Amino acid sequence: MAQGTKRVMLAGVGGQGILLASRILCAGLIKAGYDVKSSEVHGMAQRGGSVVTQLSYGERVYSPLVGAGAVDLLITLEKLEALRYVHFLKRNGALLMNAREIPSLPVLTGAVDYPQDIEERLSKYPISLHTIDADGAADKLGNLRVMNVVLLGAMVKLAGLEGLVDWPSIVAEAVKPAYRQVNLKAFAAGASLV
Amino acid sequence: MQKIILSGNEAVAQGAFEAGAGLGIGYPGTPSTEIIEVLEKKAGPQCAWSINEKVALEQAYGACVTGLRSLVTMKHVGVNVAADPLFTFAYMGVNGGLVIVTADDPGMHSSQNEQDNRWYALHAKAPMLEPSNSRECRDFTALAFDLSERYDVPFFLRMVTRVCHSRSLVEIDPEKAYQRQIRAYERNVPKFVTLPAHARARRIILEENLTKLSKDAEAAAKANVMEITDRDAGIITSGAGYNYVKEAFGDRYSVLKLGLIYPLNQGIIQDFARRVKKIYVVEELDPYLEFNVRAMGIECEGKKHISPFFELNPQAVAVSLEKAGLEPLEELDPAAKEPAAGVPARPPILCAGCPHRAFFYLARKEKVTVVGDIGCYTLGAAPPLDGIDVSACMGGGYSIALGMSINPPQGKKIFGVVGDSTFYHSGITGAIDSIFNKRAFVPVVLDNRITAMTGRQQNPGAGRTLSGEDTFMQEPERIFMAVGYDRVLEINAFDLKGIRDAIREAKEAKDRVALVIKSPCRLIKGVEKGPLMDVDKGACSKCKSCLRLGCPAISLGDEGYPVIEPLTCAGCGVCGQLCKKEAIQVNDEEVSG
Ligand SMILES: Cc1ncc(C[n+]2csc(CCOP(=O)(O)OP(=O)(O)O)c2C)c(N)n1
Ligand code: SF4
Ligand code: SF4
Repeated sequence: MAQGTKRVMLAGVGGQGILLASRILCAGLIKAGYDVKSSEVHGMAQRGGSVVTQLSYGERVYSPLVGAGAVDLLITLEKLEALRYVHFLKRNGALLMNAREIPSLPVLTGAVDYPQDIEERLSKYPISLHTIDADGAADKLGNLRVMNVVLLGAMVKLAGLEGLVDWPSIVAEAVKPAYRQVNLKAFAAGASLV
Repeated sequence: MQKIILSGNEAVAQGAFEAGAGLGIGYPGTPSTEIIEVLEKKAGPQCAWSINEKVALEQAYGACVTGLRSLVTMKHVGVNVAADPLFTFAYMGVNGGLVIVTADDPGMHSSQNEQDNRWYALHAKAPMLEPSNSRECRDFTALAFDLSERYDVPFFLRMVTRVCHSRSLVEIDPEKAYQRQIRAYERNVPKFVTLPAHARARRIILEENLTKLSKDAEAAAKANVMEITDRDAGIITSGAGYNYVKEAFGDRYSVLKLGLIYPLNQGIIQDFARRVKKIYVVEELDPYLEFNVRAMGIECEGKKHISPFFELNPQAVAVSLEKAGLEPLEELDPAAKEPAAGVPARPPILCAGCPHRAFFYLARKEKVTVVGDIGCYTLGAAPPLDGIDVSACMGGGYSIALGMSINPPQGKKIFGVVGDSTFYHSGITGAIDSIFNKRAFVPVVLDNRITAMTGRQQNPGAGRTLSGEDTFMQEPERIFMAVGYDRVLEINAFDLKGIRDAIREAKEAKDRVALVIKSPCRLIKGVEKGPLMDVDKGACSKCKSCLRLGCPAISLGDEGYPVIEPLTCAGCGVCGQLCKKEAIQVNDEEVSG
């Protein structure tokens, strides 16, 4: 397992379930024996604002926080947030983007338009871009809220971490029993999308 | 033993529990809030939310006088509120240990300033430990209680957002039972009654204790770490700064990590300076360590290279010190040099159905000069509501307004607006001053029955304590009447016409009028949605007035018609009352379906 520290960042909109996704990921990486540090933002930023968590894992990790230009894998639960944080990626880093658009306040009030060229702009960066419809997959499972776990499933596959631990049991442990089945399906659905 | 992942805040609670604290108390404030919430759930210490930081610290002190170990928590600006007793408690010393958590917020994620509270330790002569990860949060909390008792002085634990809200592994013994630590109470008037003659004697004792603590080799060994890996360059750092230095440079340069940052152990710093030729100091915000190291006559470079404001991170530290000639472990190779341009902002926003929305909408429409305060309702300042002229600090919503009423813009009455938690925290004093000094001022309470901004903590208007027990439920109306107001207008927060009439009435009134705008926060459990609203395109004139509410459920759709998103709408009905064309109506399908 000896290798350099990997840095992951999740970005989305308050209420999209970003903390749960990041905590499940942490739990799996810890189970696999990694040193893990993660950083969350609580408070003011949660009132529907843009929300970010970061997570680093490796043999020995010191900093929970990662600066711009140093993230290996960026997962965004919303498209505008991908554009907002893409500069956090390293050259050749990977961006896993949920194709969901959520208007922010200036868009809601008509002050600015939601950018229509996000994919096109992102394709010009020296990164690998993976766009999936996690909301669509969650909707098919009958529960929009598991969108975060769909993305998590896709992320684990993309990062080559599937074989690391028994992810279904980690996911099952992290959610309420009543929602176990749907979350497990969501995780599997996510993996099949990348 | 078991390895678990804990946030810094959870780890402080764990440390206080293991140290046998008898009391955990505080006033909510990001990023400190979870400490008390988590501690309350660990059956053991008594826990409470106080009405403000001064009252919290004084209660913690009282409990410590009786022999309990007490933990008191607050955000950085809370220490300003608690500062008066703090300075004197340092002279008086403790009985049971007293640990004060100050949670600073470099980068101002959720705060109005980024003051560096390390100076408080130096200024108040209260020793300070600074952890850098969750394991140290646990260990330093326990250490702070021990040292507080050994050196007879209140102890600070200084946290920052990235320590409070970062999660890392901690080894704990899940079987460890709670064992309350209690010391006997003995009446001791020269110690606990600060007559000037007593205080002068205590002043000398305090100085002696601080000197002893600064030379305590065992304490230093627990708190400070010296890593000599290079003779040419070394970095002095502490707290979060240490994480960034190690991530950026690994073992490439020597590092002195200071955990006890007041009083500094001069011996270890001198030792480091003897072993390493060139010294850099890496610290967030102010040059606190740099000043102190320089004052010892040791040459060092810090703020010459490192930003004096906002947060640091490993890459920022690497880039700054690379310019000074150090070599980071990794060369930064970013996907882009700059953030993407022209990305619409995503500011925080009042929830759909928030009871604060209608008031600010109307205050703006009625052209009222509003002094706001700190809470969810500060978001009433953001466009499109744009309903606040001035807002600075808790309680300022009233007191700053009183000052403005002495020279009122356009000769108009000033409205001061605070939330219920803020009213009890420090609004009441301004309300009384207004009566005393006969100001042309209207106090308003946006009473949502909870401390919403920080995650819904109980306050005196909630009718319940932190542990969920029933308690007396305060009513702002009764308090206003008791302190001399003639009338209190109570209005439902979703009654647009009612609020408008009340604002007009209060503006013109010759007697003393206060306003209480009432409705619980949307996010309190059990608060139900109203009937969802929908736009009738046939009746809509596309005037866009409803967009001025800044409700996240309403957006501008195709052909210029507003659209209400049914999954987001909370059915507060405000948009329906606002629409002159009566084009926004209860969505019949949703109701019947
Ligand atoms: C001195 C101080 N203590 C704590 C805080 C953190 N804080 C910000 S807003 C707030 C609570 C506001 O509650 P309330 O007045 O009821 O308004 P609401 O958020 O419910 O609308 C607190 C505690 C602060 N900013 N300043
Ligand atoms: S949390 Fe409550 S008070 Fe705060 S914006 Fe939402 S509804 Fe309003
Ligand atoms: S009723 Fe109107 S103002 Fe209230 S939440 Fe629904 S859309 Fe927003």
